[in-house]
This record gives sequence, structure tokens and C-alpha cells, in this order.
Amino acid sequence: MAGASGSESNRPLSPHLQVYKWGPHMLVSILHRVTGDGMALVGVPLLVWWLYAISAGPESYEYFLSWFNFYYLGYIILVGMSFAFFEHMFSGLRHFVMDAGAGYELQTNKMWSVAVPLAAVITTGSMWLYIVFKNF
Amino acid sequence: MGSGTNIGRVRGLGSAQEGAHHWVMQRVTAVSNLLLVLWLVFSLIRLPNYEHELIIQWLSSPLVAVPMMLMLVSIFWHLRIGLQVLIEDYVPDHGVRFGLIILLNFFAIGGAALGIFSVAKIAFTGVVA
Repeated sequence: MAGASGSESNRPLSPHLQVYKWGPHMLVSILHRVTGDGMALVGVPLLVWWLYAISAGPESYEYFLSWFNFYYLGYIILVGMSFAFFEHMFSGLRHFVMDAGAGYELQTNKMWSVAVPLAAVITTGSMWLYIVFKNF
Repeated sequence: MGSGTNIGRVRGLGSAQEGAHHWVMQRVTAVSNLLLVLWLVFSLIRLPNYEHELIIQWLSSPLVAVPMMLMLVSIFWHLRIGLQVLIEDYVPDHGVRFGLIILLNFFAIGGAALGIFSVAKIAFTGVVA
């Protein structure tokens, strides 16, 4: 805690986000937390609501769908959640490799940090292309 | 840290002797999430449509209902640990932190129970007339 009294201000402060020069490793680390917590707080409640609505009967399901189709709201959330899932998944796979003690060399680490969000964008895009061509 | 002094142990200081448990379970549930959520994604995008009748029929199959229930357990377990880390990192006040972790547990267990019960109801009552 940075004390309000000036007498404590000569203590060293831990550098925070805005002090660092941004790099892909930092982005992947932050995205891992943001996507994980985003899915936990938005995607999973939506999934449970969907399951509940199905079980509660056709009217309840219609009500769910009326919100889902409200100005493409459901599609916007699902595109976001699918990217969050793939980003978190590839990032998690990267963490498994690093848990094994591998991939810490500077160039290797940077290369995989760039590859993770790229793979997530490509996978998300491919999935939605498949959905669009199949259903529309 | 060593095993601490005797008086430290009596006061409940030092290692809680369970620090690795969350770490391991986060990775175990990560693997099961990987398999089960990929299963859900592939199953959902391959469904011909999303009409109530078809979804009921789909969810009534044991080979769908069981992985769906397992997925709910795995997901809620994983997110409970993940959100606890978020709370512990960003909420400095011990009382607020304690309260939020209790709420998180209610959310995780309640959400999982609602999801599993819904799937069970669909699976056991089957196709609506």
C-alpha cells in the first residue's frame, strides 16, 4: 500500500502494468486470465441458462431464444466466447509445456506467445465460417 | 520455510500443507475441460438445427447427457479455482475476500447443481409430447 503519509514514500514500489514494455508474452498471460474469467462469468452462466431453459419446456426455451436473437446479442456473445475458449485452450496448452520446464528460451517463448493468439483467431474464424456455410 | 516452530503451528501459521492441491486440480480439470468442451463444440456445430424438440432428443441420449454432466463438474471445478485466484490477487481486504470466496463457492456449486439437474430432467423425462 502506498501510504498517504509522505514518510513511507521512499519504499520501493512494485512496477505495474503500464511500466513494462508490451510484448507477446505479456499479452498472452493477460489474455489467459481475461478469457478464463470471462468464460466463467459470462459463458458458463449462459450455458446453464440454456440447459435450464431446455429442461423447463418449449416456452422457456423460446424466452431464451428471444434474448439470444435480440439484435444478434447471442451471436456476439458466442463469437466472443468461442474466441475466449480457443485462446484459453491454446494458452493452456502452452502452460502445460512450460509446466514441464520447456519453452523458456527467449526466442522460443516469444514465438509460441505469438502463435497462441494467432491460432485462436484462425480456429475461431474457421469454426464460424463452417457454421455460416452450414446454416445460412 | 521448513516445517515451522511448534508455537507457530499451534497458532496456525506457516504452510497449510495443501498448497499443491489446487495447482494439481487446476491442471487435472484443464485436461478434462479440453476433452469435454471440445466434444461440446463439435457436437453443437454439427447439429442440424436448434429446435427444442431436437435438442431434447439429443440431450436424452446417455452418450450426450453423461459427458454434459461431467463437463459441468469439470468446468465449475476449474472456474472455482480460477476465480478464487482472481479474488486473492485483486481483493486486498481479508474480510471482503473471505466473503467473495464464499459467494464464489455458492455460485460454483449452485450453478453446477442447476445444470446437472436440468440435464438429468431432460434425460429422464425424455421427449416432450
